[in-house]
Amino acid sequence: MDWDFIVGHVNYWLFIVLMMTGLYIVVAKGNLVKKIVGLNIFQTAVFMLYISVGKIDGGTAPIFPTDMKIDPAVVYSNPLPHVLILTAIVVGIATTSLGLALIVRIREAYGTIEEDGIYQIEKDIAAEEYRLHNELKSRRS
Amino acid sequence: MATESVVHTAMTLHDHLPVLQILVPFIAAPLTVFIGSRALAWPISFASSVVSLVIAWLLLMQVIDGDVISYHIGGWAPPLGIEYRVDAANAFVVFLVAAISVVVLPFAKVSVAYEVPLRDHALFYSAYLLCFSGLMGVAITGDAFNVFVFLEISSLSTYVLIAAGAGKDKRALTAAYDYLIMGTIGATFFVIGIGFLYMGTGTLNMADLAQRIAAQGGNRTIEAGFAFILVGIGLKLAFYPLHLWLPNAYTYAPSAVSAFLAATATKVAVYVLLRFCFTVFGPAFGFEVLTLQYVVLPLAVVAMFASSFVAVFQSDFKRMLAYSSIAQIGYMLLGIAFLTETGVTAAIVHLFNHGITKAALFMAVGAYVLRAGDTFYNDIAGLGRKMPWTSAAVVIGGLSLIGVPGTAGFISKWVLVQAAFEKGWWPVALLIVASSLLAVIYVWRVVEVLYLQPAREDSTATEAPLTMLVPIWVAALACIWFGIDTDTTLGAARTAAAGLLNLPGQ
Repeated sequence: MDWDFIVGHVNYWLFIVLMMTGLYIVVAKGNLVKKIVGLNIFQTAVFMLYISVGKIDGGTAPIFPTDMKIDPAVVYSNPLPHVLILTAIVVGIATTSLGLALIVRIREAYGTIEEDGIYQIEKDIAAEEYRLHNELKSRRS
Repeated sequence: MATESVVHTAMTLHDHLPVLQILVPFIAAPLTVFIGSRALAWPISFASSVVSLVIAWLLLMQVIDGDVISYHIGGWAPPLGIEYRVDAANAFVVFLVAAISVVVLPFAKVSVAYEVPLRDHALFYSAYLLCFSGLMGVAITGDAFNVFVFLEISSLSTYVLIAAGAGKDKRALTAAYDYLIMGTIGATFFVIGIGFLYMGTGTLNMADLAQRIAAQGGNRTIEAGFAFILVGIGLKLAFYPLHLWLPNAYTYAPSAVSAFLAATATKVAVYVLLRFCFTVFGPAFGFEVLTLQYVVLPLAVVAMFASSFVAVFQSDFKRMLAYSSIAQIGYMLLGIAFLTETGVTAAIVHLFNHGITKAALFMAVGAYVLRAGDTFYNDIAGLGRKMPWTSAAVVIGGLSLIGVPGTAGFISKWVLVQAAFEKGWWPVALLIVASSLLAVIYVWRVVEVLYLQPAREDSTATEAPLTMLVPIWVAALACIWFGIDTDTTLGAARTAAAGLLNLPGQ
């Protein structure tokens, strides 16, 4: 692994760092909004991977001249990954908005958006259910 | 002139069947929102489901003999344009999804009215239609990136549908949120995998990908792509260690949603895995063979035992079924990991048979929720006498889940055991039988609770309404029908497997 290899793959290094940062936030943070932020960073890393792959050495923006006289000597970047990522960005926005909408509802129902608090409330509900059902069971038998 | 144009239209319509399959529910979804009428939401959903089923049937009949329909979206030829490619495998899956939707919707009318607040009905059915069309889109498309788009359409609407259970239990919200986080990670992994494939081959069309991967052989980029796709799809199909979202999602979702999702969503994901493992990569791709045998196969066996074991100790019928679903996914993955024609046939048949079995059982859950309020074993105790028809359907579904001869579940397990013997892996065959014994225990617990325990004194349960009983019994009778008449399902599955493995059709 020499210097050229490291510099030549700079987009991949950035992709890995950004992706792992996002994934780490999703896993490690207890705040539901922060998890969504992490998810966004994670998705952005993927957008970057796709877009950087479309770049061709010396390539210019893939826009043909208006008179459509295309000079064969001009190299264009690959526009397909850009188009794909346009779709993925829309999907990302939809996911984020849905996630935030769910958080609003969770806040209304639980009064907290911290994972620990929610977990405790759910544990209490489950314990109450368990107690109730054991009582019913013993009363019947 | 007029007659000519009519003939022309009919011809075009027939040619456009693959895209109409998706478009009908896809257009109906915003339509229900724009009309905004709660009374019209259900009829629109049902009508578009029926149209989809008819189209799915027409498509299946065209490809059942091993033909392939290639439809170019917008007239752009593949590999540049998006191609819808219908063969026996995905026509079968699309037919399953459409059929389940037509069976579940009549049931959903009463169940949803009871479990979901009235003001949300138009939006609920709109999300349902989006999920429905997304699932069929995943199955029908022949473009790898298009799979991701449809996967996200179906997933996003699934999160909404699960959260709709919040009216009954607020834990539906956190279940939906957890699924959203894990589902999005899965989908993003999948799209990274596709990105790697695009880097390695320069194409996104599945048939084109297959050719180029076969021509250039495996390299690190393609292998990384395969690994990402496997993990991404693994999250969607609740592949054993990645299944954590499933039990809560199925337990707290409205019953009609659980019935529809359990029967279709994970099955469609299994199909995507099949498509990538066999059409795109192919058994010649050594890395895949090793991964399937040393990673997927052991985990599938663990899934069969661990999830069945957890299911035994549940005290909620609905949650028990959710865990049993994870175990059943294990059987399908096992069939895929065999990498033989019989194994793939077993996976496809089990996909169908388990779909109808779980639809019947989850709909019965909906009936119990309507009449007893909940499905804890204490709440449904003694309902075998109060709700004889629903409970009898539960028994049939349970038998099919175990794999008792004469039910659909038996056929798929039989083919799976056959595939194990063909490979000479008799310990695996023994494990399949042993894990079915665990199914006997968890099904027996429910039967015992329903028939042998006294009912609660305050129980006012009566038999479920006919609109619920008919769909439940259609699914239950299908369990028996496909356990006796195996030609339709096994035949279609064999053609599909042969098509996936590129063998001459039968």
